[in-house]
Amino acid sequence: MSFVKLTASTLAIAAVSATAAAARDNVQIAGSSTVLPYASIVAEAFGENFDFPTPVVESGGSSAGLKRFCEGVGENTIDIANASRKIRDKEITACAEAGVTDIIEVRIGYDGIVFASDINGNSFEFTPSDWYLALAAEIPVDGAMVPNQNVSWSTVNAEFPKQDIMAFIPGTKHGTREVFEEKVLLQGCEDSGAMEAILKINGGDEDAAEEACMSVRTDGRSVDIDGDYTETLARIDANKDGIGVFGLAFYENNTDKLQVATMSGVVPSTESISTGEYPVSRPLYFYIKKAHIGVIPGVKEYAEFFVSDEIAGPDGPLAAYGLVSDPELSAIQAAVAAETTMN
Amino acid sequence: MTDATANPAAAAGSPRHGSLLSQDALTKKRNAAETRFRLYGLAAVSVGILALILLLASILNNGLGSFQQTFISLDVELQEDRLDKAGNRNIEDLKKVSTFGYAPLITAAMAAKIAETGIQIEGLSAKDAGNIISKDAPAQLRDYVLANPEKIGTTVNFKVLANGRIDGYFKDRVTMASAELDSNVTPQQLMLADALKEDGVLIKGFNWGFITNPDASENRPEASGLGVAILGSLYMMLVVLILALPIGVAASIYLEEFAPKNRWTDLIEVNISNLAAVPSIVFGILGLAIFINFAGLPQSAPIVGGLVLTLMTLPTIIISTRASLKSVPPSIRDAALGVGASKMQSVFHHVLPLAAPGILTGTIIGLAQALGETAPLLLIGMVAFVREYPGAPPEGFFDPASALPVQVYNWTQRADPAFVERASGAIIVLLIFLLFMNAVAIMLRRRFERRW
Repeated sequence: MSFVKLTASTLAIAAVSATAAAARDNVQIAGSSTVLPYASIVAEAFGENFDFPTPVVESGGSSAGLKRFCEGVGENTIDIANASRKIRDKEITACAEAGVTDIIEVRIGYDGIVFASDINGNSFEFTPSDWYLALAAEIPVDGAMVPNQNVSWSTVNAEFPKQDIMAFIPGTKHGTREVFEEKVLLQGCEDSGAMEAILKINGGDEDAAEEACMSVRTDGRSVDIDGDYTETLARIDANKDGIGVFGLAFYENNTDKLQVATMSGVVPSTESISTGEYPVSRPLYFYIKKAHIGVIPGVKEYAEFFVSDEIAGPDGPLAAYGLVSDPELSAIQAAVAAETTMN
Repeated sequence: MTDATANPAAAAGSPRHGSLLSQDALTKKRNAAETRFRLYGLAAVSVGILALILLLASILNNGLGSFQQTFISLDVELQEDRLDKAGNRNIEDLKKVSTFGYAPLITAAMAAKIAETGIQIEGLSAKDAGNIISKDAPAQLRDYVLANPEKIGTTVNFKVLANGRIDGYFKDRVTMASAELDSNVTPQQLMLADALKEDGVLIKGFNWGFITNPDASENRPEASGLGVAILGSLYMMLVVLILALPIGVAASIYLEEFAPKNRWTDLIEVNISNLAAVPSIVFGILGLAIFINFAGLPQSAPIVGGLVLTLMTLPTIIISTRASLKSVPPSIRDAALGVGASKMQSVFHHVLPLAAPGILTGTIIGLAQALGETAPLLLIGMVAFVREYPGAPPEGFFDPASALPVQVYNWTQRADPAFVERASGAIIVLLIFLLFMNAVAIMLRRRFERRW
């Protein structure tokens, strides 16, 4: 009986409130936790400087955000999805099926991925091959794949100090992991010549070889961090031999605890990333539902404000926080102003 | 024969040599077992207490700082040529000057202050000096100017927040040594802060903003507060109370006093007990499907959070209400029925008042449990960055809001170390709320308790 009453009353309340709920007047944003700090900085400034209410920004990951974005058009769906990767074709199809056809893609800048360790520990000058040799699950040796036996950085590269290999890398649900695998492990696999060796062993199957290059050892020397960078920092704090993968912005906020390693001889900074010298970086995006422009107040104004020079430019607050400003910002501003949708 | 009855022990064939005054081996063993058990119990209790003390100590140690904040008192000249170029004090024109236009006024005011007090620090640029002030200050100035356009052209004293790192310096989170390595603060800025403190310009005071301000972005941890989260939690608790108490009490009275005892009521009973053990995230999924996708309620709104938490709290309330209805002696019901009361009169006039303390205790404990819940809110969009205060109820129930445990979760994920202190501070506030609610529950029970 209680269930009948419960359903009846909740449905009654829902029905009453559905009519009572006025049109939404705030912009609703969800998506990547990497983009979240930037989006919240912009949302805050937007609320201060415009008559629109401050947008509500949720995190939860690029995939989760895009999934909600593609749920359909209407007030109870989100207006903007933040993503630390490009939208996938599969997601565009899913969007189109739910009626979300006109999507505006906005690239806001680049995010660097850096390797950092405890400030009082050894300093490192990495190349992608070092990371591949340290973290690969299996390494080709004399024409056969053998489990990775490297336990110390000094066996990976003779120039490195004797320090146990202990890496804290982003878990598979993070967009950062994908970048790490492609731009570091796969690159290292190719650079070190392991790729050719693997191709010889498996008879030229490139997909399988790439898979082998990007599979990470599971003997405890590499730890997947499913939380955020604060967890990686706490792990390094507890294990001084640990080397962690961080976003540039996080590192720049914690330079008193972490020292950053160079990659292929380049020190990561907003400058070296914007020139493309520092190899491990990725673009950040947000996606706008065009159907919501003009319906939900402030959607377009927020997007224009986000990519304006005083916010996303090299001297703006986003760059100060760690975003690498997009060199083609003016083209993006024009695209947002013209509401250019994706094909 | 008489000998045998006089000495039964001897008759049993196992004479027991000993007295009550001296312990034999068996008694010693039994006593030792008891002592051991007591020690186990004591050890268990002390482990619990120790864990609690450690937890509280670490939270208080990390979080008490957030109730203090560093402020700087600054005379800012509201330059007309910057703020109102047209000179007509038209509010629409004034609005066109963004907070970026106000930032130089602060740098200028800081430079003037340094010149006035005669502080000299080598290697400190005017920009760095201005940066010891929170990025929240331009917004504070802009709001003031828009509210008082007539003040343009005059010099006004503002009490602005100091930057999070400067604040951290006075809370021992930032030191000269760490500032050397820190890219966000320089030792010169810390020296300036020291000098300003000596001059009485920089003051540390109670941080009301922590209770009343909304959340702030990562660039300004010093300005972040719990205002929206406290309101959101309060609204959700109101919704839970308004819905869960009547529904829960009605359901339990019916099940306990009126319903026939058959297979169906047994089934319902088992299901209610099962529901109490369902992980809270499941209610979040249900809430997303029913309240947002089906009923079309707004996202991130306390009404949806309240509805979801109601579903979660109902089993707790029903179980505790039924238990307290059961504990009312049958003689009370029989007496009422005996003098001619109807079944309903006996329940509402006699049983319910006697069960009330138990019901209220159960409800408050259910509410306290709901107050600390984050997982179901994750899916309905309340784990978010929300800066706008929700309006007054009932419309406010539909505005976006955050919640206290959500704020703790959000702050622990931020990069700036200042948020660690904020998160612990928020935990303290949450604990105070919980303590208060539990105290009320105990008080109600004490006050209205009846014994038979």
